[in-house]
Amino acid sequence: MPANLSARLCSLLLSLFLIAFALPAFAGPFEDAVAKFANDDYSDTEEAIGVVASSGNTLAFPIISALQDGRLMADPDSKKVYVTGADGKSIDAATGQAVASVPDSASAVRLNNRLRRSVDAAIGSLTLQSPDIGARLQAAQSVFKSHEETSLEAVDGALAKETNRSVKAALGDARAAILLFKPDATEVEKLEAVATIKARGDQEAMALLTGMGDQPASVTKAAASAIGSIQSSLAVWSMVQNAWYGLSLGSVLLLAAIGLAITFGVMGVINMAHGEMVMIGAYTTFVVQEVIRTRYPGLFDYSLLIAVPLAFLVAGALGVVIERSIIRFLYGRPLETLLATWGLSLVLQQAVRTMFGPTNREVGNPSWMSGAFELGQITITYNRLWILVFTLAVFAILLAMLRYTALGLEMRAVTQNRRMAASMGIATSRVDALTFGLGSGIAGIAGVALSQIDNVSPNLGQSYIIDSFMVVVFGGVGNLWGTLVGAFTLGIANKFLEPVAGAVLGKIAILVLIILFIQKRPRGLFALKGRAVEA
Amino acid sequence: MHSKSTHDIAAPFSRRGVLAATAGLMLGLASISGAKAADDTIKVGVLHSLSGTMAISETTLKDTILFLIDEQNKKGGVNGKKLEAVVVDPASNWPLFAEKARELITKDKVSVVFGCWTSVSRKSVLPVFKELNSILFYPVQYEGEESERNVFYTGAAPNQQAIPAVDYLMKDEKVKRWVLAGTDYVYPRTTNKILEAYLKSKGVAQEDIMINYTPFGHSDWQTIVADIKKFGSAGKKTAVVSTINGDANVPFYKELGNQGIKAKDIPVVAFSVGEEELAGIDTKPLLGHLAAWNYFQSIKSPENEKFIKAWQTYTKNPKRVTNDPMEAHVIGFDMWVKAVEKVKSTDPDKVIDALPGIEAKNLTGGTSKMLPNHHITKPVFIGEIKANGQFDVVWKTPGLVAGDAWSKELDGSKDLVGDWVGKKCGNFNTKTNKCLGSGS
Repeated sequence: MPANLSARLCSLLLSLFLIAFALPAFAGPFEDAVAKFANDDYSDTEEAIGVVASSGNTLAFPIISALQDGRLMADPDSKKVYVTGADGKSIDAATGQAVASVPDSASAVRLNNRLRRSVDAAIGSLTLQSPDIGARLQAAQSVFKSHEETSLEAVDGALAKETNRSVKAALGDARAAILLFKPDATEVEKLEAVATIKARGDQEAMALLTGMGDQPASVTKAAASAIGSIQSSLAVWSMVQNAWYGLSLGSVLLLAAIGLAITFGVMGVINMAHGEMVMIGAYTTFVVQEVIRTRYPGLFDYSLLIAVPLAFLVAGALGVVIERSIIRFLYGRPLETLLATWGLSLVLQQAVRTMFGPTNREVGNPSWMSGAFELGQITITYNRLWILVFTLAVFAILLAMLRYTALGLEMRAVTQNRRMAASMGIATSRVDALTFGLGSGIAGIAGVALSQIDNVSPNLGQSYIIDSFMVVVFGGVGNLWGTLVGAFTLGIANKFLEPVAGAVLGKIAILVLIILFIQKRPRGLFALKGRAVEA
Repeated sequence: MHSKSTHDIAAPFSRRGVLAATAGLMLGLASISGAKAADDTIKVGVLHSLSGTMAISETTLKDTILFLIDEQNKKGGVNGKKLEAVVVDPASNWPLFAEKARELITKDKVSVVFGCWTSVSRKSVLPVFKELNSILFYPVQYEGEESERNVFYTGAAPNQQAIPAVDYLMKDEKVKRWVLAGTDYVYPRTTNKILEAYLKSKGVAQEDIMINYTPFGHSDWQTIVADIKKFGSAGKKTAVVSTINGDANVPFYKELGNQGIKAKDIPVVAFSVGEEELAGIDTKPLLGHLAAWNYFQSIKSPENEKFIKAWQTYTKNPKRVTNDPMEAHVIGFDMWVKAVEKVKSTDPDKVIDALPGIEAKNLTGGTSKMLPNHHITKPVFIGEIKANGQFDVVWKTPGLVAGDAWSKELDGSKDLVGDWVGKKCGNFNTKTNKCLGSGS
């Protein structure tokens, strides 16, 4: 009994002692360290991060995470430091007591890249045993990145308790990374570490293995062979990556060219103002987002869905106006059409410049278009993926429209044989206007998508006009499928040339190849046969 | 009547004035009325593109000069005469720059020209300024390797921007591997040549330097960003030094953000990205990427606060940003005014001789001085991009750095100096004690 009692007493005392120790009021070095945040000096801040993170204090995590998010406020006059929560409530960082308000003279503690790395490492070792799986995984990854010897104990502790498989694997990687850089680890431990890291097989593993410095001969040898095998697997992946980039570039080319495939390809109008229709679509997106930002911020993620029909209507209506007022007088006179539409493109550019200013306008990415995911060893960004999907959808809809609707039938009839169509009672001039409007509207839709990856400036259209003509001519004038195949061929060829020849030479090479190809096949990949061509 | 036409040209937001044809018409008006009024005003030429690719950057500089002239006139002008702006639009068309410069000097009889942005436009007007003996103030950071009698370079030379930035990365971020990425034209190519020589002199191996050029307006950065990622995974701390110019920056930074390259892993330090360029990007993913300039809007100094306030009042836009080339124009304009007041004349020869040695307050709290090589002394700041599109200064040079016209890192130019005071020569070889002259 007494033994039991004394044990109880002991544990009570111990817990009391622990509570007392954890109470910040008693912790001298911790308080001193927190005050250092107020010095606005990067090396002081770094020191403070180290002390706070290893203090074991319950406030350590709130302080460091507030520092990471710019919520750690320091008053340079009183040297007081405050943690402001996401809910707007603040506590004194040194004591943990709530404060009514943070003084106006306080400003967020500044970080630079070096400090951000220290903060990440600190958060990593502090959250290794967090109840949230995501936080644990992130913690293990940041320990893997920083691989500091001091975290080894925490990693071992976490590993013993971890039950989730992927977190366990990440912790194992982190442990291996630490051991690899730990000077007094045994050779066996290091060889195991090399094997673990080799199994990751990604670029970070490469970075770790190449940068590990002096090691015993056997470890160096194992690392060299691991690097070799990772390199060869990455080489295969880089081919896959090039193919994906090619598809993505192809989708952008197709999107830019698809409207031109109608106005130039089907109608035969050399439309130099095509790029400006794309630009107008992009500016429509900008206006939609501005309205949403100021009035309905909650709708931001839907801004693109709202912009698509609007851009189609705005650019399409403008296209109809242009056709009615300029182009219809110039049918059959390609040179005049070229000059008139080129002049029109300058007018439109300058009009937009006058209305919106010459500087770029910010078009934001909705959350579902930001970021990337990993597929094997390649990174696929969401905006590129969605643009590819969107392009194919637009293409399919356009194709269906031309084939299955009455308007589509009339369009084909008029462009194939105008006089015959007219004598069958089709109002050819109305169909002309609508066709041109359709091409322009689709260019406007392209602008919505391109605003996600390019500048929204008055020059936006100029950068696409040459590529668009290239695609349409290469694919075969008057053939939508030709445009599709042409765009993807050029995209993929470009992306396989670029790593070898560089971006500038790659582009030149593509142009030369197209010129040679056009010499051989003047009508492009898929030439239209029959009388339609001569119309 | 005369003042009316001036007003039309000078009004910063009469954007109808930007069409080349209109500008030309107005110019005609101005020169007709100007001939009569030549005695009671001093004419200041503004040669910045108001249309075309470069309008994005240069329009602001035109507004800056108009603002400075406005302010100066409120103080009573210069030497008892009002200043009068003559604005022309070279439309981002390099040969047109030379034509418009000739027009400003011969037809409008301007006393000084503030203008140009790209190096190619400066090179295009050089012969005109030499032939007609006039004065050009050039406000943009550039590749150096030049010192002309008729040109005053108020932007940064490479040793006032690129070299300190690399020093910072080397010392503070311990960077060992370098990607030099640039747009394919003279400024990035020369700067990268200088940087490559500098890095090698600091013991960086050839295999740790990757150089990459892209065309103007490049928009598909997937491959290059993936390459940078790959290059950065060689176990050594890697940084990107970007001389990517103009529009191409937006998709570049977007791709960096989307592929998850964070500044704490691979920082990018840019020499052509300022507050104005960031205005078109969502800056949250760019947090911590760097830029090197001689001025940032966020720098706290009484001069800067006063300037920003006056500028935003003048432009009637409380959100209008300021940037480095604007500050260069502020300094250059002030120096020119002081020189003209000193010699009590706008005679180009007298003003050119008076300018070296003139001092003017810069907006960051120091005093810049015009040097005999026609470059100025400037402080160098490294700023980190913040979430609000401004920069947070993380490092600065201890004092002002004197601009070198000729890089000390390149074999061809390390013995050259520009000295228009003692030697009367822009490319004096200190080894052979000879002036190379304009034939070089």
